Amino acid sequence: MSDTDSGAPVLSMRGVYKAFGENTVLRGVDLDVHRHQVVVLIGASGSGKSTLLKTVNLLEQIDDGQIFLRGQDISDPRVDVDATRARIGVVFQQFNLFPHLTVLDNVTLANRRVHGMPKDEAERIAVELLGRIGLADKLRSYPDRLSGGQQQRVAIVRAIASSPELLLLDEITSALDPQLVGEVLDLVAGLKSTGSTMVMATHEMSFARRAADLVVFLKNGVLVEQGPPEQVFDDPEHPETREFLARVHAVG
Amino acid sequence: MTSTSPAPTPPTDVSAESGRVSTADAAPHQPSQVALDRARFRKKQSARSVLIALVSTVVVAVIVWIAIVNTPGWALVQQSFFDPKTAWEALPSVLLGLWTNIQVLFFASIGVAIVATLLATVRSLRSPVWFPLRFLTTAYTDLFRGLPVLIVLYLVGFGIPALGVFPRVPAQVWGTIALVLCYSAYVAEVLRAGMEAVHPSQRYAARSLGLTHGQTLRLVVFPQGIRKVTPALMNDFVSMQKDVGLISVLGAVDAVRAAQINVAETYNFTAYVVAGLLFVLLSWPMIRLTDWYTARAQRREQTGGAV
Repeated sequence: MSDTDSGAPVLSMRGVYKAFGENTVLRGVDLDVHRHQVVVLIGASGSGKSTLLKTVNLLEQIDDGQIFLRGQDISDPRVDVDATRARIGVVFQQFNLFPHLTVLDNVTLANRRVHGMPKDEAERIAVELLGRIGLADKLRSYPDRLSGGQQQRVAIVRAIASSPELLLLDEITSALDPQLVGEVLDLVAGLKSTGSTMVMATHEMSFARRAADLVVFLKNGVLVEQGPPEQVFDDPEHPETREFLARVHAVG
Repeated sequence: MTSTSPAPTPPTDVSAESGRVSTADAAPHQPSQVALDRARFRKKQSARSVLIALVSTVVVAVIVWIAIVNTPGWALVQQSFFDPKTAWEALPSVLLGLWTNIQVLFFASIGVAIVATLLATVRSLRSPVWFPLRFLTTAYTDLFRGLPVLIVLYLVGFGIPALGVFPRVPAQVWGTIALVLCYSAYVAEVLRAGMEAVHPSQRYAARSLGLTHGQTLRLVVFPQGIRKVTPALMNDFVSMQKDVGLISVLGAVDAVRAAQINVAETYNFTAYVVAGLLFVLLSWPMIRLTDWYTARAQRREQTGGAV
């Protein structure tokens, strides 16, 4: 298996095209994400950030190009889609916790039903992770009893409970009140320190600057510029990046 | 493993293509070899699925056919249920009867739409002033959802005329009324479920604009609610489409009754099969339409996505 091939990037996209009918959303995206790397996607709404993340998780079928997960071409139709998704954790903008399950069941579901883990072990992991983010007293609560920030932190724990090789975060703070954004981003920063590999679409530029190893600017489905945060934010090469950042800073 | 590891190349420099960012719509994308291979594989895969489905259907059909044909009484059954000559002779009268069914269906649908909407509206009234009315409609829907259609048909079709206060009307009129009574109770509950499924925030938004409770229901809640329950409503319609055949018990000469008369004349059950097939043909367009609508609604709600 190429899983043991530590030389290959965790995620590698080559010439990825994606169109919805007439509307081309990704136009030949090339991107490499290496182990322990935090890649932050920035760009205006509709630039293709979310679609890019969805194609990686095979929630959207790509029209051209290839996507490799640890060297395995996961865009090949012969690939087991469910098994591939089980290797990737995803956190959504709207949390998408299951409202009919308790916090504990939300977090243990995949480990028990997909990864075949015994219930007590799955619960031990869930309790440990939830305890670490201060939600140990919410185990038996249902998601609608939690604040948005708590829900999103549970959603993150749900995504990481099965120790995925790659974590995709899709504008995870966009649906939160400003005072709740901090607790979620702190958790993500904590994940970075434990070595998680992450790709994150966000509008939080200050967080991107603080946490990112690689910042990627997308416009109209084209990967315009990528580089370390200090380069992209302080000295962008491309006029369109400069224009975008100027507009963001004018608002923020 | 079907793939090779990509070479760890440095990030592609796209700054050279800067002019393309805004004008890329102009140039159509030429699919690569990989994309063509994938498309070919998917096509082959779906062709294989269709083939498997076809073959298995044919095999099952043949097995069932052979099993039936080889039963000891098949010759007799074929003669008394599937006799082409009898079928052809029964067709005109059964068709004429079906026309009665279609008329009943037409008026009953309109009646159900009106009564059910009223019932659902009354049940959604919140103010305590409306308690008696609300209680009555609740009792009504409870009663008529529990009563078998056949018993309602007897009560309405034979009981009400026996009171001697109404002028003589054809039996299918009473049949239509009985169907409206029964189906309104079901449809009212479906509509109410739809209205309750509309998120409360929609009511807040409507009331905050100054719309009254009635306007809110009529202009905001009802249109959204009905969209949520359209598949269920269409399902009820299909169900009513065949239940109109029950009015034959009142003596109305509908398709079922016409078939019954034919059976009595010929001592052959084929006319029932003819009537049955005609009912299937009648409901088939609606069933297909329901499926199509449900699939479309689902596509719209799950915008994109391969799950």
